[in-house]
Amino acid sequence: MTHWEKRSWIRLVVAALGYAAYLTLILSRADERPLATVPYAAALLWTVGAAIVASILAEVGMAAGTPRASRLTDDRDREIGRLGDHVGQSFVVAGAVGAMLMAMADWDHFWIANLIYLCFVLAAILTGVTKVVVYRRSLPEW
Amino acid sequence: MVKPTRVTNSIRALRFASGEMTQADLADRVGVTRQTLIAIEQGRYSPSLETAFRIARVFGVPLDDVFQYPDPAEEKP
Repeated sequence: MTHWEKRSWIRLVVAALGYAAYLTLILSRADERPLATVPYAAALLWTVGAAIVASILAEVGMAAGTPRASRLTDDRDREIGRLGDHVGQSFVVAGAVGAMLMAMADWDHFWIANLIYLCFVLAAILTGVTKVVVYRRSLPEW
Repeated sequence: MVKPTRVTNSIRALRFASGEMTQADLADRVGVTRQTLIAIEQGRYSPSLETAFRIARVFGVPLDDVFQYPDPAEEKP
């Protein structure tokens, strides 16, 4: 497994676990009251921050745990990186458009912030899945 | 539309003809990861022109001896 492939796995797993932790926290706070009234901002910021720190620590741990592993990156790594980012970008756009429409329709801040967060997470997951699948199979020739 | 690559190669045969050079050795000399070299050898990845030339240079042969592209006339029944 190349260095970049391991990084893709780490980011994929951290994105999924981070969002699962956030969702668990919010749903446990809801306790039969409307979701839109649940305090979410601190939990959202903490889980995003924790996910970034966890990613960095996991990458540092991976590097320390395999000191002799090659850090070389080549054209294929860069092409796979670009393809993954390109595929994941669709969810970022969908989140932005959705949030814009919800703001115009006067939706509650809770739903707007959560739609944006969900789309960021889906973008990260789709990006990660695309990269690990392409690493295992082959880059498509368009 | 996604199409499989039609580029074929003789890297495996050339490695064995060059003193059973390992994939790791060839990858080191070309400057790519071993995984990329394996993907190229198995026809799962078409390398850039520069990488293709570097592979040919390691074996000391012309590019055509390493990579082949089917002639459209040969493909028609």
